[in-house]
Amino acid sequence: MTVILNQSFTGISIGAVLLLIALGLTLTFGQMGVINMAHGEFIMAGAYTTYVLQKSISSAGISLLVALPVAFVVAGLMGALLEWLLIRRLYTRPLDTLLVTWGVSLMLQQLARDVFGAPNVQTHAPDLLTDNVSVGGGITLANSRLFILGLALLCVLALTLILRTTPLGRRIRAVVQNRDLAEVSGIATGQVDRMTFFIGSGLAGVAGVALTLVGPIGPTMGTNYIVDAFLVVVVGGIGQLKGSVITAFALGVLQSVLEYSTTVSVAKVIVLVAIVAFLQWRPQGLYTLRTRSLA
Amino acid sequence: MTTTTKPAEAVTPPPPQPSSRTPLLERLRVPGGFALGAVLLLAIAPLALSDFRLALLAKYLCYAIVAVGVSLAWGRGGLLVLGQGVFFGLGGYAMAMHLKLADAADTGEKLPDFMQLYGTGDTLPWWWEPFANPVFALAMTVILPMAVAALLGFLVFRRRVKGAYFAILSQALAAALSIWLVGQQATTGGTNGLTDMQGFFGYSLDDPVNQKMVYFVIAVVLLLLMALARQLFVSRYGELLIAVRDSEERVRFLGYNPANVKLVAYVVAAGMAGLAGALFVPAVGIISPALIGIVPSIGFVIGAAVGGRASLVGAVLGAVAVAWAQSTLSDAFPAGWTYFQGLLFVVAVGFLPGGLASLLTVARNRRKATTSSGSEVAV
Repeated sequence: MTVILNQSFTGISIGAVLLLIALGLTLTFGQMGVINMAHGEFIMAGAYTTYVLQKSISSAGISLLVALPVAFVVAGLMGALLEWLLIRRLYTRPLDTLLVTWGVSLMLQQLARDVFGAPNVQTHAPDLLTDNVSVGGGITLANSRLFILGLALLCVLALTLILRTTPLGRRIRAVVQNRDLAEVSGIATGQVDRMTFFIGSGLAGVAGVALTLVGPIGPTMGTNYIVDAFLVVVVGGIGQLKGSVITAFALGVLQSVLEYSTTVSVAKVIVLVAIVAFLQWRPQGLYTLRTRSLA
Repeated sequence: MTTTTKPAEAVTPPPPQPSSRTPLLERLRVPGGFALGAVLLLAIAPLALSDFRLALLAKYLCYAIVAVGVSLAWGRGGLLVLGQGVFFGLGGYAMAMHLKLADAADTGEKLPDFMQLYGTGDTLPWWWEPFANPVFALAMTVILPMAVAALLGFLVFRRRVKGAYFAILSQALAAALSIWLVGQQATTGGTNGLTDMQGFFGYSLDDPVNQKMVYFVIAVVLLLLMALARQLFVSRYGELLIAVRDSEERVRFLGYNPANVKLVAYVVAAGMAGLAGALFVPAVGIISPALIGIVPSIGFVIGAAVGGRASLVGAVLGAVAVAWAQSTLSDAFPAGWTYFQGLLFVVAVGFLPGGLASLLTVARNRRKATTSSGSEVAV
């Protein structure tokens, strides 16, 4: 029982990482239909930002706190730039965005290799986050993972508030539901697209900061998570935050429990089979955004 | 407005009759091009290239075979197949398993060499056993990928999961298979994959003459599959496939089932990738998870994208050209190649969606437009 509980907690923390990554994708893929393969490299940008900041700020705790907003802005600006340079030309061809952004991701990976070197680097976690909390019954929770969980939930909350209550959020939702109608209503859809991309990519940067707490930083770190994160959005349903939240934790726990009872590789295969089976039941994902588009 | 009362036939001029005889040159274009390709591949290349370069060309032609399927599924059908590495791998592993077993039998061993190394007991895994039979193994190089594609395609297309969702699922499949293969060190060779093949159905692969034979087999298979794909393109099915790509809903309203149309393209493309994988093994001598994961799977698409996804010849030439560029440039400038590859994606897909082949079409249309009479252009 203890093992199962510990394993479930690991799963929840995997889910939190997935959620952080999938949040940005829910915006850019779920809401805008752009398959941004460079999202993984924005994660990497966030992680390297943390690494660079730690070189100049010696206190690990302060540098981590500074890194969160800085990484958000760095990755967000990269995303906005990418949208402005390439993606806005491709909104009518969503499948092609996948290949174009894959090309971008290859170049960004190589850039990271040239700037920071091919070997992985590491940051120091603040002392507070290296400890474990024991909650009794032989169950221990790593502080770093609790921190990521909290960060993920905070981001969900912030994103929900932005989308629900701010004028920008209203505009984003309007563009997603009916781009043409939004345009004739006087919304500058191009600006909204860029802002959406800024926020979505910025969240990838935040995810990158979180990932420095659980693993090494390297040029290919984004690729390890990107497919899983896309699956979260697919299963969660287009443009639905609650779908991504539920799916991320469900997949995280499923993966982690299966890993315990079988092996890592078998667990991956079973999770994929489960996803295909799930799509038989709900082809549009867990939650569906009703729009007037026929596609 | 008195013109509206005029009878319709008076308003619309009769359409210009297409000339009953197309020019000879136009009629000979396809068979002539095919013959030219055959002469180039089967006569000129083996004479002009050294053994080493011919072996490299054999490898590129395997990628070209995959590109034939990509052109069918993606170019014509609009199905972005990002998991062709899965089918390439299934075909390759099926072939490699047979070759390893045949090698082991030749030396009187019961197990392939790598299994003895990892010490997993002295019994062959049950799912290896049938691959000792050459006919079964050869059949499986095509049947296995087609079966997997049929299963995934059936489940996915039936529920109208499409576009990006399909692309991501096919990509996830590639990731899952390569991760699984890495995990099964004892029975699949793990990260190393299956390598060090000695013989090919009784012929030693060390002999340059036999390597040349492998090249000829690959070239002939490529030509045959191109002919097959070409027949599919011009058939009724080919028209239907384009119709599904351009407007799936309308095809459904016309009484066809788009799911079946897409399924056929996906399954045929998978079979071609499987065959390519099977031929890749004797030509290159290795099959490993690194050759079939997400990165190579997207690589299979890039060649077709650069050459022209909708054009069969464009896709094939693109695949060969990109593979050639990769091996020459990545040796000289490993870092530079990655930037170039990324740029290739961005430019080819983003700004030249028809690939290099579309440049030719544009040029031909322009020539036609200038030579034909002005009235015809106006209509």
